[in-house]
Amino acid sequence: MADDQRGTIGTSPPRTDGLAKVTGSASYARHLRVPGMVHTALVRSDRPHARVLAIKCDAASRAPGVVAVVTAADLRRVVRHLHHGPAFRDQPILAAEKVRHVGEPVAAIVAETPAAAHAALPMVEVVYEDLPGVFDPVEAMQPGAPLVHERVEPAGSFADLRGLEPAAGTNVCLHFRLRRGDVQAGLRSVDVIVEEAFTTPATQHLPMEPHATLAIPGADGRLIIWSSTQSPSFVRSELAYLLGLPEHAVDVRVPYLGGGYGAKLYVKLEAIAAALALLIRRPVAVHNALEDLFYTLNRHATRTVIRSGVTRDGRLMARQVQVYWDTGAYADIGPRICQKSGYTATGPYRIPHVSIDSYCVYTHHPPAGAFRGFGIPQLVWAYESHTDTLARRLALDPLEFRRRNLLRSGDPQATGTVMQHAGFVEVLDAVAQRLPFARSRSGHVARGVGMAVGMKAVLTPSTSLATVHMYGDGSVGVAAGTVEMGQGAETVLGQIVATELGVPLHHVRVLHPDTDVTPFDTLTAGSRSTFHMGNAVRRAAEDVRLQLLDRATRLLEAPLDVLAVEDGGVVSREGPRRALTFREIMERTFGQGGTLVGRGEHRGHAKHLDPATGQSDQVTAFWFAGAAAAEVEVDTGTGEVRVPRLVCAADVGKALHPRLVEGQIRGAAVMQLSQTLFEAVATQDGQLLNPNLIDYKALTTAEAPERLEAVIVEVPHPDGPYGAKGVGETGVFAVAPAVANAIANATGGRPRDLPLTPERILQSIREADA
Amino acid sequence: MRTVRFGLNGASLTMEIPDHVLLTELLQDSLHLTGCRESCGQGVCGACTVLLDGAPVSACLLLAAEVDGHEVTTVEGLPAQSPGSHAAPAAGAPAPALHPVQEAFLRHFAFQCGYCTPGMMLAALAYLREGAPMPAREYLRGNLCRCGCYAEILDAVAELGSKEGDTA
Repeated sequence: MADDQRGTIGTSPPRTDGLAKVTGSASYARHLRVPGMVHTALVRSDRPHARVLAIKCDAASRAPGVVAVVTAADLRRVVRHLHHGPAFRDQPILAAEKVRHVGEPVAAIVAETPAAAHAALPMVEVVYEDLPGVFDPVEAMQPGAPLVHERVEPAGSFADLRGLEPAAGTNVCLHFRLRRGDVQAGLRSVDVIVEEAFTTPATQHLPMEPHATLAIPGADGRLIIWSSTQSPSFVRSELAYLLGLPEHAVDVRVPYLGGGYGAKLYVKLEAIAAALALLIRRPVAVHNALEDLFYTLNRHATRTVIRSGVTRDGRLMARQVQVYWDTGAYADIGPRICQKSGYTATGPYRIPHVSIDSYCVYTHHPPAGAFRGFGIPQLVWAYESHTDTLARRLALDPLEFRRRNLLRSGDPQATGTVMQHAGFVEVLDAVAQRLPFARSRSGHVARGVGMAVGMKAVLTPSTSLATVHMYGDGSVGVAAGTVEMGQGAETVLGQIVATELGVPLHHVRVLHPDTDVTPFDTLTAGSRSTFHMGNAVRRAAEDVRLQLLDRATRLLEAPLDVLAVEDGGVVSREGPRRALTFREIMERTFGQGGTLVGRGEHRGHAKHLDPATGQSDQVTAFWFAGAAAAEVEVDTGTGEVRVPRLVCAADVGKALHPRLVEGQIRGAAVMQLSQTLFEAVATQDGQLLNPNLIDYKALTTAEAPERLEAVIVEVPHPDGPYGAKGVGETGVFAVAPAVANAIANATGGRPRDLPLTPERILQSIREADA
Repeated sequence: MRTVRFGLNGASLTMEIPDHVLLTELLQDSLHLTGCRESCGQGVCGACTVLLDGAPVSACLLLAAEVDGHEVTTVEGLPAQSPGSHAAPAAGAPAPALHPVQEAFLRHFAFQCGYCTPGMMLAALAYLREGAPMPAREYLRGNLCRCGCYAEILDAVAELGSKEGDTA
């Protein structure tokens, strides 16, 4: 208990944001109010692809309470560039000549109250000339398909995306190729070849707090941007680019986020809010309603074709994969997903001959981008369902078949990078031990167990910088750009600093991101913060500790090697016991008040992939391994599926705060189970049919597994803080195929399209019976 | 405009309220309470759950005028409803102890981003006060937690239910 209160690494102290959250006083961007603030309603396109001939704003401009009605033409008075984006600068702040998806913002109504802004929405008349659209990535790749963009420019913001060169005259914004061995020769050498195709639909992140931004213009031309963003540093640099301002003129501040899951990365509402604030010279709030989430960013719909060759004794020899990603009308971060997740599309297996073609394709759907797992769940859905099909064909035990082929330390992954410090076998064994294969039937209810295992590479390269400040009284502030969106980063980063300085957790305050104060951080996503920011704050705390020791050598007149930091002070371990508290050291150093500043950074390095073969001997800083086992009950009369038990194991390296780690694994599992059973953004000819919570079903307590077990597996990484890797996404990897494999085990049917609706389950049973 | 008299977290209020204003808007914009949160705006997600005469309701589906003559409880009123606390604290008084439901949510790590948490806790409190009329997993299905803390939430509620009488 004493350790818990100290917040030592490996224990589970209370969350430092807990009191604010259970009292309802935690601040979120949409709750902020400032004097003179005006409100915005966005006029959104009701066409998937059309030329904008005219925007008639007069009636809306005269409506009560309306301050201004703004179009792209007006924005050009204050912005230097109209288009933004992390991979390609293809997305306009407001649509200019064309609209490219339903829901694209065309004009902004700014008014004294939200009600006045929304009341004026129907008064804006947009005159369109409809153009033919394309709504399927495979169709969009055909010659003669309508072009979403005539040409796009690489953004150059990220080192790994700088070399992208989109081909002109096509909707393919990135074709990632990987070749290793000789896949045709490999296929000729095997006993059994199986080809299958799998699909996943677009899905929606559904953060309970939809996007919200408040932009406050200063008299000096500076802007303060309060926003629900996972990437404050990127928002600052991208707004500086768009507005033609130095980075110091844009201050991005982030309160708590009501969920993110990838929905709040890069520029979302920040550019329109900033531009409106500069035009109107008043603080401007722009809030998305829940429906708007569906028009802003979804998870990529995918189609995956996978073909494998195996020997009769169950050795995987060759695998060909084609993945088609529907990235929608604007690329967002789709190209990175297509490449970085694409290179794992053959799975965590040792296969000598592989080829991967991963296509990121524009369509006239709303944009698709990062979503917890960054494309990995769609790929694991395909390759792990396929793994069970292969095992069944070979009459091998699916667990044993996996164990025979899983990557082990020293094996080259498909990119050629040697696998190290990743426990694929360990996570699979962990779930298999807890939930072994079983099958039974009573009446029309079939029960079965299935499992799956998946892999992901951490985003590389990326950078985290931090400073740790010791104040005059010995208390500590941590300036880190990591966003607290529920994952518990504020608590864990505080724990690391408290541990390094030997002070109680409540002596440490982790600041909210504020780009005026908190140093650069690439983003809060991709399970990267514990490793990257964890290392950065640890080094910054070490820096402070060394400065304190250095001062103590003089104050105590003792050599460094006999001094130690403990219990909030420095003690001499030799001779008569002498000690100084940090407060005493600060007072004797500075007199009245002062600050010690420690600096820390961590940068992950990678070597570029060969563009022809996708090979690199150092493609990522490290790998995540996650496995799941599911027990299902299938009503073979109705096709309904229940999941009474789900076990997820994640190799996290080292659990710095075990309760938070378990919460991440379980939360990811719940989110993925929801997508497995229920979730799909329904579209028809580019129109969205269910952008609301009545028609888009998400999992509640009623459908949550009665037993939901999180298993922590610790294969430490030598470069991680205390051996830690990360955990935000690992729980999502394997849930969908584990459930489908359990259904196949129970019924003999093999569903290949998500979500697993009763109709599809019945259909798969009928196909198996036929 | 109409005159609306209602109770809010133990205090009696009389306000002039335009007919079209929703209870969510009244609580957030006029009364500056941050605990009642609109998310779906359709009464599905439960983020705006408040107690109306002790029963959980979606504030986004209620006109503010409809609370005339009723008692509204938001998360801000929870500490004052702790067993042993009999009145709202005077201005400047030290913060009251947390309500047992809040303490249980803290102890069980039954939240992550915290956005749904006030509504979830109020629904849980109503469930316990009604004497657990059905399994908690059925009762709480009207409150969505997208971070997926359902196991932890149900653990917290189960623990509270086992200490019968403490929370009612």
